[in-house]
Amino acid sequence: MILGLFDDPDEMMHGIEKLQKNSVPIYDVYTPMPIHGIEDKLGIKESRLGYAAFCFGCLGGSVIFSIVYYTLVHDWPMNVGGKPHFAMPNFVPFTFEWTILWTAFGMVFTFFFASHLFPGRAPRVMDLRATDDRFVIAIDAKGNIPHDDITKILQDAGAVEVKHNDRKYVSYE
Amino acid sequence: MSSHSESIIREPLITGKNITYAQITNDVLFPVENKPNKAWWIGFIVASIGAMVWLFSISWTFWYGIGEWGLNKTVGWAWDITGFVWWVGIGHAGTLISAVLLLFRQNWRNSINRSAEAMTIFAVICAATYIFGHMGRTWLAYWTLPLPNQYGSLWVNWNSALMMDVFAISTYFSVSLIFWYTGLLPDIAAIRDRAKGLRRRIYSICSFGWTGSVKTWQRFETASLILAGISTPLVLSVHTIVSFDFATSLEPGWHTTIFPPYFVAGAIFSGFAMVQTLLLIARKVLGLENYITMFHIESMNKIIILTGSIVGVAYITEFFIAWYSGVEYEQYAFINRSTGPYWWAYWSMMTCNVITPQLFWFRKIRLSIPASWVLSIIVNIGMWFERFVIIVTSLHRDYLPSSWVMFYPTWVDVGIFVGSIGLFFTMFLLFIRVLPSVAIAEVKLLLKTSSEQAKLKLIKEGHLDPEQVEFYKESLQKFDSVELADYDKV
Repeated sequence: MILGLFDDPDEMMHGIEKLQKNSVPIYDVYTPMPIHGIEDKLGIKESRLGYAAFCFGCLGGSVIFSIVYYTLVHDWPMNVGGKPHFAMPNFVPFTFEWTILWTAFGMVFTFFFASHLFPGRAPRVMDLRATDDRFVIAIDAKGNIPHDDITKILQDAGAVEVKHNDRKYVSYE
Repeated sequence: MSSHSESIIREPLITGKNITYAQITNDVLFPVENKPNKAWWIGFIVASIGAMVWLFSISWTFWYGIGEWGLNKTVGWAWDITGFVWWVGIGHAGTLISAVLLLFRQNWRNSINRSAEAMTIFAVICAATYIFGHMGRTWLAYWTLPLPNQYGSLWVNWNSALMMDVFAISTYFSVSLIFWYTGLLPDIAAIRDRAKGLRRRIYSICSFGWTGSVKTWQRFETASLILAGISTPLVLSVHTIVSFDFATSLEPGWHTTIFPPYFVAGAIFSGFAMVQTLLLIARKVLGLENYITMFHIESMNKIIILTGSIVGVAYITEFFIAWYSGVEYEQYAFINRSTGPYWWAYWSMMTCNVITPQLFWFRKIRLSIPASWVLSIIVNIGMWFERFVIIVTSLHRDYLPSSWVMFYPTWVDVGIFVGSIGLFFTMFLLFIRVLPSVAIAEVKLLLKTSSEQAKLKLIKEGHLDPEQVEFYKESLQKFDSVELADYDKV
């Protein structure tokens, strides 16, 4: 694994451009904050979490609406001052709340699942400062030769340090 | 693009010279990675004594029942629901800052959203104690859930506003929690990567294995935006539904259509006051002057004056409508509020919520830290009185003059209320010790665009409208964390 460590996001973006110009495939980029515009540069498709959120929201709303309908209208209709059993306006708050609840939990758990985030997962960190002040471009060393050229491209782009890691991750465990 | 610079006439959101990305991490994590100072210990000891009082009083209530409270057959809701509504209202500012201001792209929220969201969660926890407390038989709280039961299939009453409240508050709490925790992941990972030994292991588990890769960040931002989008109507719905608890009744003084917007404005009003109370101290004690600047304080004061004025208009409208309705019971309820035996509560509310916040129109007061702090506490006192006035003064004189009474709290009422403040501060003080009180990643995002140093560099480079530069320099006067001498030459 070859790591190009930058201390400035703009220089890192510059580094990505240079690597791409030289047809060096980029494994991944690790940054302490979101970098806007990097997805386009790396050709990463837009996130589809919004679709998941929408589906979970519809599901949540339908579930609670069905529960309220079943209990209040079908299973045990109560006569409250002769008012209609199917009093839809009263269903609105519940339907609304559960739409939100399911959207939030459904979407966030989809996000965790898709990004392999869960409590206790060994963090696959390549450089410990990638969550602090280093913007790291990672390049798979296997098959990408010569390494010296890649090192030079990164240094030219303004990398403050270039690391050659034998192991893929500096994992803790 | 992170290199895109914003207009010079906007105030800087990060002040100070030579702030680097590493500096931000160091500054924010200082209280997490070091032993607490004396101020923290004093605060923590006082707060935890309060939390003990709360624990004792609430246990007393659970053991002996709510007969230990000062309630009587006329006044069936008093300090319990007052405290509940007060705390839920305080929670609202956190969601407003994290969600509504995100949708409006107000970047100044980035440095205050974390602690405001934490405040929301702790405030809702405090509110929940009253909900469970006032049930009397807390162990039967699950009866509010639509569970199959042994009484045939007698379900919960979905037509009741109290049932709506169960759903609203539980959704609000859990969605706020997940929003807050998702936002925390990158910052927990930052602590993890700097920690050693057992601390590293613990933070590693809590970080869910966060690495900060491109795809994760992209999903993170999408999820945050959608969470903000759904939290915005959620936060408005929560206090609307809380107001339904009153508005759907037939009680004079409660049965008004103005309640939902009026409650929401009041909630944001009290919430921002509490954020101000907490952050003015946290800023000083934690040394975060460069991130929570005078601009942030002034902006919050402006929101306080806006929402405070909305609340003031609502009070006057309520009075007008009571008269205009022509219903003598409604009219009596309001006359009784302002001139009856609880006149002092009504006028405390009016003074604290409507009159004193108007002082924020004066720039000097808006920019004074001690004045802002004192006024924020006055607002919170006023908002507590508002709920007390709505609840107790509407109830204490019902349709039957022979049952007219006053409400006198017992020591248990007082203990639970004062104790819940202690509980709140205990949780908040623990939070600032173990988790970053400022969203590190989000503040880093502002460094290259909205920081004072970036703007100073732009001025030095020239190419700017001199008039705008003058305007910018003038706006820096209010900052207590800016070295104005730097601007003499440029």
